[in-house]
Amino acid sequence: MDCDAFYASVEKRDNPDLRDKPVIIGGGDRGVVSTACYIARIRGVRSAMPAFQARKLCPDGVFLPPRMEAYATVSRQVRTMMDELTPKVEPLSLDEAFMDLAGTERLHGVPPAVMLARLVKRMKDELGITGSIGLSHNKYLAKVASDLDKPRGYSIIGKGETADFLAGKPVRLIWGIGPAGQQSLEKAGVRTFDDLLRWEKEDLVARFGSMGERLYHLARGEDYRRVSANDPVKSISKETTLSKDSSNIDLLDGHLWRLSEQVADRAKAKNYAGRVVTLKLKRANFSALTRRVTLPGATQLSDRIYRTSRALFDQVVDEGPFRLIGVGISDLVSAEGADQFADLLDPDAGQREKVERASDAIRARFGKDAIRKGRSLN
Amino acid sequence: MKLSIERAALLKAVSQAQSVVERRNTIPILANVLIEAEGDIASFRATDLDIEVVDKTVAQVERAGATTVSAVTLHEIVRKLPDGALVTLTEDPAAGRITVEAGRSNFSLATLPREDFPVMATSEYSANFSAKAPDLRRLFDKAKFAISTEETRYYLNGVYMHIADGEEGKVLRCVATDGHRLARIDAEMPADALEMPGVIVPRKTVGELRKLLDDDDMQIAVSVSETKVRFATPDITLTSKVIDGTFPDYTRVIPQGNTRKMEVDASDFAKAVDRVATVSSERSRAVKLALDEDRLVLSVNAPDSGAAEEELAVAYGDERLEIGFNAKYLLEIANQVDRENAVFLFNSAGDPTLMREGNDTSAIYVVMPMRV
Repeated sequence: MDCDAFYASVEKRDNPDLRDKPVIIGGGDRGVVSTACYIARIRGVRSAMPAFQARKLCPDGVFLPPRMEAYATVSRQVRTMMDELTPKVEPLSLDEAFMDLAGTERLHGVPPAVMLARLVKRMKDELGITGSIGLSHNKYLAKVASDLDKPRGYSIIGKGETADFLAGKPVRLIWGIGPAGQQSLEKAGVRTFDDLLRWEKEDLVARFGSMGERLYHLARGEDYRRVSANDPVKSISKETTLSKDSSNIDLLDGHLWRLSEQVADRAKAKNYAGRVVTLKLKRANFSALTRRVTLPGATQLSDRIYRTSRALFDQVVDEGPFRLIGVGISDLVSAEGADQFADLLDPDAGQREKVERASDAIRARFGKDAIRKGRSLN
Repeated sequence: MKLSIERAALLKAVSQAQSVVERRNTIPILANVLIEAEGDIASFRATDLDIEVVDKTVAQVERAGATTVSAVTLHEIVRKLPDGALVTLTEDPAAGRITVEAGRSNFSLATLPREDFPVMATSEYSANFSAKAPDLRRLFDKAKFAISTEETRYYLNGVYMHIADGEEGKVLRCVATDGHRLARIDAEMPADALEMPGVIVPRKTVGELRKLLDDDDMQIAVSVSETKVRFATPDITLTSKVIDGTFPDYTRVIPQGNTRKMEVDASDFAKAVDRVATVSSERSRAVKLALDEDRLVLSVNAPDSGAAEEELAVAYGDERLEIGFNAKYLLEIANQVDRENAVFLFNSAGDPTLMREGNDTSAIYVVMPMRV
């Protein structure tokens, strides 16, 4: 199930005046569109498009900042409805989820196709939002089906029709194959599923590595991944688009610190620590730049995340000006056993950790802004 | 160019060359070895632009000349030839080929012109001295395990070779650290080395240098400038850029006031650490050392997989102490000890620990504890 223009639908529901206007959710002067309603999409506005471009395409658009809390509330309500159908619900984001309905027919007395039709009707009647359904025999085809006739779509790809359905379709249909993957497939002469079917499994593995085996199965409409109710978190990251392209080191350093602190806050709240620290930058011309480093042990400290990402930043500082900066941790483990390693060459680190833990305690008690690093004011 | 050379001599020269060339290079000529024949000498030169190695060997030169050919392919061929074979290399410049003949085997390989081969610029060295191969071997062998691989601290990606004040005067010293452990190894200062600038010798150079140091009687000619270092035997010359950075002030890191002394048989200790660490599958396995009067209990507690404990007899007379370390780091420093007992000097569970061999202060190791 995939909600249609979810953020925009929630906004329109809460403010009926917006109903017939192009509504675009996303960041201020800069930043990117996170959702565009279908009226705005007719004008060519797409999610992930820079806001200035959206403004050019759609000058009369209503641009709204996201109200994440409102969306999360609706998302939880939808989730509750899905939970009534099956215990196996795997959310992909606030507005999208996989459901495994195998074996639920006897419980509900109707086949999955009917259950899903009832689900979207309930969402419309009780929550005032619409969604599209893709029903199939595995995750990847269900995802493909849900995109087939949005909005308010309802598509079924049965086992018997799978081969016919995929015949002649371009491989970019495969979820997770972006422009780069598409290019490397094209280099190998693979454009459509028919091209892919001509390859032996061994050859695909030799050429594309671990992805090769997956491609072999996807070409045949096979996907053995399970719908897992609680997929573990793989990474924690935060990024921000600057209000103006910048190569000002002090300014970017301030962002690095605040982002590191946000990542650390989240890691601490979830009791996670990460071994890999990633710095993500986007240059003024939108080209991306990513640097990562593996630490000797996992961390959840903002001080360590900040210092590591700052060292990564120092390697690429000349590549500016930048329009976006982001920090993340991955290769997550439980926080027990994190931050046990100390650095001979940084004897003050232990002291800084104590300071951080103490200010965390103060912030927990008196609020997030009760105590801040001067560095965060940059 | 045409020359004949004994297989063993050729293998030695090209194996050094093929280990220097960068495997994933994008400049084709850098995958090649430059072969030059002149008089009765054949020289084999390879570079990755940071390191250059030249191996000179006696050959029957029929026709002088020079060309370049893939170092890896030539090495593979020579490696597979029978021992004792005489190998003939014949260049055919018109066809852009070189033939490799030995007995009934015949190979033809593509060449690239020698003019395209980058030769490292010669430079002025501010210090030239001669060092004994076993001394250099000890300096680098005992330090290299502590070299960092962290790219963000590139100045730790090598061994810092410099002249320092030892307890009995000036010494030639090598230091390496990755922030978790540190090795400081001293050797007698060679004559004429006093003016040598301190340089950070990159990890790869340390690996290549090692191949020059196997012969106990060999004297190595060492030349050092601010930007380059050169090690030479009569046959082989290894020239390398040094890491352009400042090595941190390691002297602050070496604990001076550690008084709690434990003496233990290094090999027994290493084996015990290795055994107890088996139960934990984590990448950074922590081993706890609990010390009491002449008794050491090593233990590992991995909640998910199991627990292990082992007791060792040691010489220890101080207060009770519990301290944790990364098992791998403990093993590595214990493995550096080859003659006497390992002597550990502790302070508290949060402070760096010092290890040396007996009372020998010419090789000391520092390791940072872990919280356990």
